[in-house]
Parts: sequence; C-alpha cells; structure tokens
Amino acid sequence: MLVLPLLVFLLVFFVYPVGAMLLRSIEPGTWSLAAYRDLLASGVFWRVMEITLEIALIVTVCCLLLAYPLALWLARLPQAVANFALILVLVPFWTSVLVRSYAWMALLERHGIVNNLLVGLGLFDTPVKLLNTRLAVCLAMMHVLLPFMVLPIYASLRSLDWRLVRAAQSLGATPWGALRQVVLPLSRPGIGAGVTLVFTLAIGFYITPVLVGASSDVMISVLINDEVGQLAWPSASAMAAVLLALVLLVTAGLARLTGARAVPGTI
Amino acid sequence: MARFGHSTLAILILLFLLLPLIIVLPLSLSSGSYLSFPPPGFSLRWYRSFFDSRSWTDAALMSVQVALPVTLLSILLGTPAAIGLARGAFIGKRMVQALVLSPVIVPGIIVAIGAYFVYARFGLVGHPVALVLAHTCLAVPFVVINVGAGLHAVDPQLERAALSLGASPLGTFRQITLPLIAPGILAGAVFAFITSFDELLVALFLSGSAAVTLPRRMFDEIRFDIDPTIAAVSTLLIITTTGLMLLAELLRRRIQQRRILGT
Repeated sequence: MLVLPLLVFLLVFFVYPVGAMLLRSIEPGTWSLAAYRDLLASGVFWRVMEITLEIALIVTVCCLLLAYPLALWLARLPQAVANFALILVLVPFWTSVLVRSYAWMALLERHGIVNNLLVGLGLFDTPVKLLNTRLAVCLAMMHVLLPFMVLPIYASLRSLDWRLVRAAQSLGATPWGALRQVVLPLSRPGIGAGVTLVFTLAIGFYITPVLVGASSDVMISVLINDEVGQLAWPSASAMAAVLLALVLLVTAGLARLTGARAVPGTI
Repeated sequence: MARFGHSTLAILILLFLLLPLIIVLPLSLSSGSYLSFPPPGFSLRWYRSFFDSRSWTDAALMSVQVALPVTLLSILLGTPAAIGLARGAFIGKRMVQALVLSPVIVPGIIVAIGAYFVYARFGLVGHPVALVLAHTCLAVPFVVINVGAGLHAVDPQLERAALSLGASPLGTFRQITLPLIAPGILAGAVFAFITSFDELLVALFLSGSAAVTLPRRMFDEIRFDIDPTIAAVSTLLIITTTGLMLLAELLRRRIQQRRILGT
C-alpha cells in the first residue's frame, strides 16, 4: 500500500498524458488508422528512421569500443583508486546534456579550438566545416552516452570472479585468450545493459542533433517536434507510438538475448 | 608493456570525457567578445553579464523554484514506494516496478509532448506547477532506486526485532529504518534535484513565456549566437553539478560502509 501514492501520481501525470497523446494517432471516435497509413507511405518518415537508426548504431558501437577497455581498466584498479576514477566518469554523466552539447559547439565551430589546432599544426590551410556534420553529432552523442555504457560494464566486471582468469591462464590461456573466452562472456549482462541503454537513448535524442547535427540529418525526435510545431497531432503521435514501440522492443529483445536488466541510474 | 598501453588508452578515453567540460572554463573567463581559444585575455565580464541580466537570473531562480518542490515531492512519493517495493509482497509487483522506472526509459520527446498535449488543454502551459508535475515523473525513479539500494543494506531482522520488543510500526520506521536509509534518501534527493534543474525537453514545451527555466533560456540563446555568457553559465552549472554529485557520492559511500558493517 506504500506504493499507492506514487502509483496514482504516475498514472495521472505520466501514463495518462502519454497515453492520451498516443491515442490521438487513431483519432478516438473514428478509430482510424489513417495516420499510420500515411506514415508508412511517407518517404520523409522512412528516411528519418534510417538516419536515426544509422546514427544510433554508429554511436552504440563506438561507445562499446571505448567503454570496454575503460571499464576493464577501472575494474582492475585497487578499489580506492577506482572509486576516484569513477567520479571522473560520473561528473560528465551528471552534467547537463545541454552544457555538453554547447561544449562540442565551442570545440568544433569554424573558429573553434579544433579548427585552430588543425590550421595551427598546418594540417589544413583554412578552417574545415566540423560543426553541424554527421561526425559532430556522433562525437557529441558518444560523449553524452559513453558513461551509460561504462557504468554497467564496470559493475559486471567488478563482480566477476577474477580467480577464473588466473585459472584459465595457469591452464595455458594467453592473456588475450582469457579475455576473449572468460572475461568477455562473463561480462555479457553488463554489455547487454549498456548496449540497450545507449541504443534506446540514442534513438530518442533531441537536444544534441538539433545543436551540433547537420540540418539534413533529421532524427525522429526532431521530426516529431516539428510535427507538433505544425499542430499535426495525428502524425506526431503516430511517430511517437512507433518510436516508443521500437524502444520497448529493443529493451525487451536485448534483455532476453543477454540476460541483462537495464536499470539506469544505478551502478 | 601491454598493461602500460592499456592504461594509456584508458586515460585517453577519460580525457575524451573530461576535456570538453574543462575547456569551457577558459572560454568563460575570456576578455574577448566572442569565443576564441586561447582567449585574448582574462576577465570576469561574462559572469557579470550573467548576474547583471534580469532574464538570466530570473531563469536561474525559476529553475530552483521548480527543482525544490520536485525534490520534495519525489522524496515524499518515492521513499514509501521504495519501502513498499523492497519489503512488501503483492500481486503485480513487477509491473509496478517497471512503471515506476519507465519515465527514465521512455524517450524525452514523448514525455514532453504528452505533457504538452494534456496541460495545454487545462491552460497550464507557462505555469511552474506544470513543470513541477512533469519533472517529478522524471525525477522520482532516482529516489526509488537510491532508497531501494539503501534498504537493501538494512537487515530486515533489525526491524523485526524492534517490533517484537514492543515498538509500533511507525516507531520502528522512525527509530530504526529511517536513520539507516537517510543517506539513500539524501542521495536520491540530490539526483532528483539535478534531473529537474537540468531538464530541457519538457521545459521547451511547458515553460511558455512565463516559466522560463535556465536550460530553456540557454537553449534559446545558443540557437541565436554562442557568446561567452553561455560559457559562464555552463561553468557555473558544471561546478554546481559536480559539487552536488560529490555530495551524493559521499552519501553512497556511507551506504556501502553500512552494508559492510551489516554483514
């Protein structure tokens, strides 16, 4: 019964608004699927979905490639040192996405730090267009989402029984072989949680693509926002329903595949 | 040698995470009138331009005015819920658990336009109350998670012992459970506060022209030009978040120490 107040609060102020908005896509009263038919017939929608999934996939793979070595290094440090190093991961984690996107704007703009460096080193004669490109949005999103990958992988590596690794090595496994055959499989729940979190958050991204992305790289959240701006509610809510379904499907699918439970905000 | 290479790689990845934040500081201290690196000279003029501008300070004040009730509401709703989820056994517990955590998983744009869709009908757009209600949904999972972690460390037998020695359920909660989970509540409160204070997407739809929060004000400004005032605000935000984060981290350590003592 202690859960009741929160349950009622969330039903009224979370489930009801989101549900009412989503229902708008089938126009209660007429129960028409026209909005979904239009959506599936719309070239813009498919193109935007393609861009969104492409960017989300690039960001997820790059995050995994960067997060694993970092998490592994952190997990092998003495606990006290690791706790300090973890704070270095948590500070960017809790810094606002807006501030981090702004930092990337300052880094990548025409007369920004990176361009000054490139020209100063003589690699380019004139500043290069870096801001508002695919590269910029991928870098900035990786920066925002990397901690979401590092933390669950770190947690699963920390709780791993490292004697198994020593056992494998004493039985003749090379360090690389022990990593591939023992550590990697045992950290699968952490990898699963990290991949789920990063991918589902990435497909719903709005702030970073708007600020540092290319104007041609429209992601689904940005398109939904534009539709709401034009008061095209049925189409906006149909897209929202597709996005939500995708997020839930990916979360459930990956959880089943990896045995991971994605609970964000916990270490 | 391999170990040395691994450390170098890990430190480079840490730098990738930290450098973009660190770089904002010298930018905010620049004496020049637009972003340039290295800055032509140092001054505090952009901090002055922040504190001298009513629209900036009003926005900062609005953010605090929204984040404090969000924090309070999240504690009041989240703490009992966490206890109920940890100690109680009821039908549909897993569903309730999923519902409580779902605001973190549902994409921000969906939460934002859902809230806009409903609150616009009640004329609540531009009213801080709308922001408080919507932000609480996003913030409350962090209280539930942190209090839940705290409860996990408390041995239920302590509570049973108190009850069997004649304490009332409320007395047991006040004298045994509450002191033990206090660090978890405080850590959850810090995260709830940051969640609301930094939130942009819901604010874009619900703040209208009367309830402009700091992130909303920053976003409007950034889209037109990126003068160093934003760098100054960003620096202040980074310092605030880091301070609060360290506080929450210290509290979390206390929970962990308790756990070691408890076992």
